Amino acid sequence: MITAAELATPNFPNWCPGCGNFGIWAAFKNAAVTSDWDNTNTAFVAGIGCHGHMVNFVKLTSFEGLHGRPIPVATGIKMANHRLNVFVFTGDGDCLGEGGNHFINAARRNHNITVLLHNNNIYGLTTGQTSPTTRKDFPTKSTPDGNPDEPFKVLNLAIAAGATFAARVYANDIAGLSAMIIKANEHQGFSVVEMLQPCITFNKECSPTFFTDNTYKLPDSYDPTNIAAALEKTLEFGEKQIPVGLFYKVDKPTAESEFPQIDAKPLVDNQVEKRDVSELLQTLY
Amino acid sequence: MSNKVYSIKIGGMAGQGIKSAGLNFAKVAARSGYNIYNYIEYPSLIRGGHNVMQTTFSLDEVHSQIQSVDFLIALNQETINLHKDELVSGAGIIFEDEGKIDATACKDKCRLFAVPLKKLATEAGGQEIVSNNVALGASISLMGGDIKYLFDLIDEDFSFKPEIAEINKKAAQSGYEYAQTNFPNKFDSLLTPQKNANKKIVVNGTDGVAFGAIAAGLQYTAIYPMSPTSNILTILAANQREYGYIYKQAEDEIAAINMSLGASFAGARAMTTTSGGGFCLMTEGFGLAGQTETPIVIVEGMRGGPGTGLPTWSEQGDLRMVLHAHQGEFPRIVVAAGDAEEAFHQIMLAFNLAEKYQTPVVLLVDKNILDDEQTFPKFDYSSYQINRGKMVREKDPEYHRYVVTDDGISPRTIPGVGNHLVANSDEHNSYGYSSETISDRNEQVQKRLRKLETCAKEDMGKPILFGPENAEITIVSWGSCKGPILEAMKDYPFVNYLHINWINPFPADAIKAILSRSTYLLDIECNSTAQMAGLIREKTGIDILDRFLKNDGRPFFPEEIKDKINSIIKTR
Ligand SMILES: Cc1ncc(C[n+]2csc(CCOP(=O)(O)OP(=O)(O)O)c2C)c(N)n1
Ligand SMILES: [Mg+2]
Repeated sequence: MITAAELATPNFPNWCPGCGNFGIWAAFKNAAVTSDWDNTNTAFVAGIGCHGHMVNFVKLTSFEGLHGRPIPVATGIKMANHRLNVFVFTGDGDCLGEGGNHFINAARRNHNITVLLHNNNIYGLTTGQTSPTTRKDFPTKSTPDGNPDEPFKVLNLAIAAGATFAARVYANDIAGLSAMIIKANEHQGFSVVEMLQPCITFNKECSPTFFTDNTYKLPDSYDPTNIAAALEKTLEFGEKQIPVGLFYKVDKPTAESEFPQIDAKPLVDNQVEKRDVSELLQTLY
Repeated sequence: MSNKVYSIKIGGMAGQGIKSAGLNFAKVAARSGYNIYNYIEYPSLIRGGHNVMQTTFSLDEVHSQIQSVDFLIALNQETINLHKDELVSGAGIIFEDEGKIDATACKDKCRLFAVPLKKLATEAGGQEIVSNNVALGASISLMGGDIKYLFDLIDEDFSFKPEIAEINKKAAQSGYEYAQTNFPNKFDSLLTPQKNANKKIVVNGTDGVAFGAIAAGLQYTAIYPMSPTSNILTILAANQREYGYIYKQAEDEIAAINMSLGASFAGARAMTTTSGGGFCLMTEGFGLAGQTETPIVIVEGMRGGPGTGLPTWSEQGDLRMVLHAHQGEFPRIVVAAGDAEEAFHQIMLAFNLAEKYQTPVVLLVDKNILDDEQTFPKFDYSSYQINRGKMVREKDPEYHRYVVTDDGISPRTIPGVGNHLVANSDEHNSYGYSSETISDRNEQVQKRLRKLETCAKEDMGKPILFGPENAEITIVSWGSCKGPILEAMKDYPFVNYLHINWINPFPADAIKAILSRSTYLLDIECNSTAQMAGLIREKTGIDILDRFLKNDGRPFFPEEIKDKINSIIKTR
């Protein structure tokens, strides 16, 4: 069994005190301890942004790549070794701005990975420019007269693109987030967890109280298997009108299951060996 | 005595089966015991543009296309109009008999063989496209070849559709018989089958790269299509189940390299392929591989640039790009190939280098290498051994990823073994945790760069010198210029050729030694800024003043190189 102590690294997070990333950090470590995710069975990939620093604070096998590109790295890892639990830590800018093409295409192909999207509605690391999820008219460093653009509706985009698991959780709801991360990983397919993350330094509007005041849990009667209802639900956003919970879940073949060559065992369990290509060369006469 | 090199050209509209006809003619020649080189020209259209395929063939080795044409198969009028000036006096022309093609312009200079191609094709039960086999059958008759080789090839091409094979064979047979009956004097016995000839493979660089990658134990590749490298992915996609590796089409080249890096990080032997434009998109991932020390092989198949450039034509314009792309400094290994056989061996080497040095390795090839077929003895890679480099496969509590070593190489491990492993694009300490301290920065930068020094000592190859050790004129070049240079050199025993296929690290001492003992240096490149000459000057201090450059997408022809050598001789 892995313990919280074993997940600790020598580094203490450099996030601003009060940052929603602390909640996400705690929730992920709780989930790891609960589910026994360790260096024999788990790897995660981080983008570039405040969220990306996670590699320094969780002692699990990890890859911190380029801004916008964690999803392709994660899909490569998963195809090469589908026995691993593979997570992506990404930001609203990382995932939907710089990396938007990867997000929609990986969703479409239904790679069996879990995308943990730190949505603080701002570019945090670069100190406060508008992001693809910043609300219209919100003033930022790059939009001093107010953001002229409409934001993405993250889960609507995810489901429309083909994600087979779409959920939203408030980042400081550590127990709820922990449970949702476990559920998302258990799901066989492309799972997106939008984490509503306060950025207390650069987005004063999306504060902890804003989220606690305005979110509500999807009721038990809500049916996450109905795609039309789910898409409609993802459009809901307003005062006291931010639903959290599991919006959508459907079982479909994963990208990895489409390769018969890895049915029996993961790709990397095969020795790299010199192959005999005489048969191929024979076709050239 | 050396044997003459002949050339046959087949021209028609895209969609008339020019490429398959050209390939089958080449294979008939190869099976008859001849050496061939196949040169294809096509515009970047699927249908409608003018396509030509030229087969040069000889009992001696042939290395390239040539300008002169001894025999022309014209499936459309344009073929006559565009290529009549290339015909040697006494050349043969096969063309459609039904008045649709006018060859009178060539009647004084050439021997005309009008054949009712379409009629015979239809009588054989085929569509117009089958005319190509009627023409091939007639050509084989006129050149004294054995039609059986063509029948065998058709059977192999259509092994899954025997009824189509029958139609095509019938068409070929009727073309053959038509020529036997109507042209009893024949043309010239250029295709007489040779007894006991060693049969050779007819192979292009696309086959070389793809088969070499499979032979070298490729496990994962994500590729986004781009001419002239798309046919590599066609082969890799089709063979993945049989050989047990994974090919996945990525959404773009950025994803292609990052997916391949993810797979490599997970422990798979990985590669991606692209052309210059795609490489631009891969630039950031290229340096990421260097910084995270993740092995990756990148095949860059050059075409004419910049922008969309000349999609279906060749250039050697990307040398400086692959040498300098990406911010900052990291070790990159760059090798090149001059033909299909070299491409096969270089890609196999590239995999070992990438994993040994845990850094990106680029194989530079170009459109001519990738598309043009040539005969070679069946590739022999019996001496090749897989080298995956330093790798920790057991749980080791002391493991840290970027431990500083003398040779610059830190042992890798793979996820799942149980070791904590961090690959970090941010500058990092030896554990992989982000660090900006002066000592970590200096240690890690120097550790990474030391890998190139190790590579120069342990693995860097020497340039290849063709021709005499000492020569009056030394030609320096790289890539697909190799072929026309070797072809031209057949006539000049006092000329030698320095072929460069290691680009970074650069075998500067070996190159300097060879160049220093020549009295006249000539640089030949398919670009307009003499990029290789610049690199040679940078690394050796030798400035090659005579630069014979071409940047119109077309390859050099040996005739042009001979003219150049003649003019050097004249002025000296
Ligand atoms: C190619 C590239 N462009 C720009 C940057 C600069 N950059 C770093 S993080 C970032 C935005 C981060 O925003 P987000 O993904 O929302 O992450 P957060 O910091 O809010 O967690 C930018 C623009 C970069 N590192 N690389
Ligand atoms: Mg953000």
